[in-house]
Amino acid sequence: MADPTPLVDIRAVRHAYRTPAGPLPVLDGLTLSIPEGRFCAVVGPSGCGKSTLTRLIAGLMKPDAGEVFLHGERVRSPRKSVGMAFQNPVMLEWRTILDNVILPLEIVAPMMPRREKEARARALLALVGLQGFENKRPSQLSGGMRQRASLCRAIVHKPEILIMDEPFGALDAFTREDLWQLMHRLRAEEPFTALLITHDLRESVYLADEVVVLSGRPARTQFTLKVPMPSPRPIDMLYTPESVAMLATLRAQIEIAQGRVPAEPH
Amino acid sequence: MDALRKIAPPVIAIAVLLAVWEWLVWFYDLPNYRMASPSDLWPAFWKFRELFVIRGWETLWRTVAGLLLAVGFGTALGMVMGFSRTLREAFYPILVGFNAIPKATVVPVIALMFVGRHDFNTVLIAFMISFFPIAVSVSIGLSTLEPEYRDILRALGASRLTIFWKIALPKTLPEFFGALKVAVTLAFIGTNLMEIVEPHGRGLGALFDSGRTNADYPLMFAVLFALAALGIALYYVVVVLERVFAGWAERGQT
Repeated sequence: MADPTPLVDIRAVRHAYRTPAGPLPVLDGLTLSIPEGRFCAVVGPSGCGKSTLTRLIAGLMKPDAGEVFLHGERVRSPRKSVGMAFQNPVMLEWRTILDNVILPLEIVAPMMPRREKEARARALLALVGLQGFENKRPSQLSGGMRQRASLCRAIVHKPEILIMDEPFGALDAFTREDLWQLMHRLRAEEPFTALLITHDLRESVYLADEVVVLSGRPARTQFTLKVPMPSPRPIDMLYTPESVAMLATLRAQIEIAQGRVPAEPH
Repeated sequence: MDALRKIAPPVIAIAVLLAVWEWLVWFYDLPNYRMASPSDLWPAFWKFRELFVIRGWETLWRTVAGLLLAVGFGTALGMVMGFSRTLREAFYPILVGFNAIPKATVVPVIALMFVGRHDFNTVLIAFMISFFPIAVSVSIGLSTLEPEYRDILRALGASRLTIFWKIALPKTLPEFFGALKVAVTLAFIGTNLMEIVEPHGRGLGALFDSGRTNADYPLMFAVLFALAALGIALYYVVVVLERVFAGWAERGQT
């Protein structure tokens, strides 16, 4: 069966930053498509333009060349159908956790009655295990809890695509694994299409249906790995021989991307 | 019990300070025309009680007027400089240079420019001396806003105005109030500079000046005390406003 129509379609995108030392190309002919409902992870060497990719899809930036389509429509400016989560949970300290989660609804659905907004936010907070913390300030929560709230905020308005830029990068190992499992639960309850930028190969294999390896700067799509396992997945899935083999493959691809090993001739 | 623990230390500290002062004047046997002692202050206050109320009010309202102007102008300037790098770079040297000029030297210039308009002059000096910290703190608060904060709303198509109201403004409030506390004190200095350097018979500065010409040292010290009291009162008004509007910035104190 052919892939369903892609929700995100990135075609031959090229982008360079202007620096005092001349243009710095970060993306060069990058092509990537994510079908609806799919979870796609993007890995690659540091500074290879992964964050630029998220900003292009969100419409926060325009590429120098090439096109980005969302639902068949060309992305030219920001749109309401995107949810974003970053490594920094970016909680607004002057708002309670509940009001932080409601924030996107205030922009996207200003006419929605306050009661409905609250109900939606409370339901999500309960789903990620934060019931009872609705009226706390962000500073009263741990890093992992803030990141949970940040994920709620990213999906509260039911975005078509959830874009995550290393959301678990600053957490300790066990909290991170908790949140990985939470992502699978969230996906079951609140189906979404996702793009995850990460440096963690285990994270990419555990969470994604498809792992894309970008080459070193300027980035192209170098390699794509399908993870043929349904979601949700048990955490010990990471210790199966299949996973270990996938991790080894990805590891080798990263080395190529870093330029340490010459790519095999096709 | 809690209230007592909060009030007692500053009250005791002030009492000790006054006692030491009183004792020093008594010990060195300083006459009134060299150094007034705290016990001389109350008679001075009582003798000129009406003047203290009238002059105190004149000083207070002109200081507050100057401060309000400084808040309005400082915030506007801070916003312009916070949002536009070009304008920030354009205005910064002028602003720093302007701030470096001792305002005591500006007082005669202003007094001459707007001769006869005493209230206006005084408010103007209070304003000129106090808008700088507000402008700087607002511009720094806005220009150091982490891009992610903007992006979470911008990615949803929010307008610049919405981003300002929902993110930039509240996030800058703690810095703004910090600067306002500095500005309050500065505005008082400005008002009194005008009242003392270019006396025109209004404000506590004029009362101080009349104490000086009459060698009435208890009166001069009493004026200093009245100024300190007004300064403390206005400062705590700002503290209360800060609690109300930026109380979230205080980290959990238990």
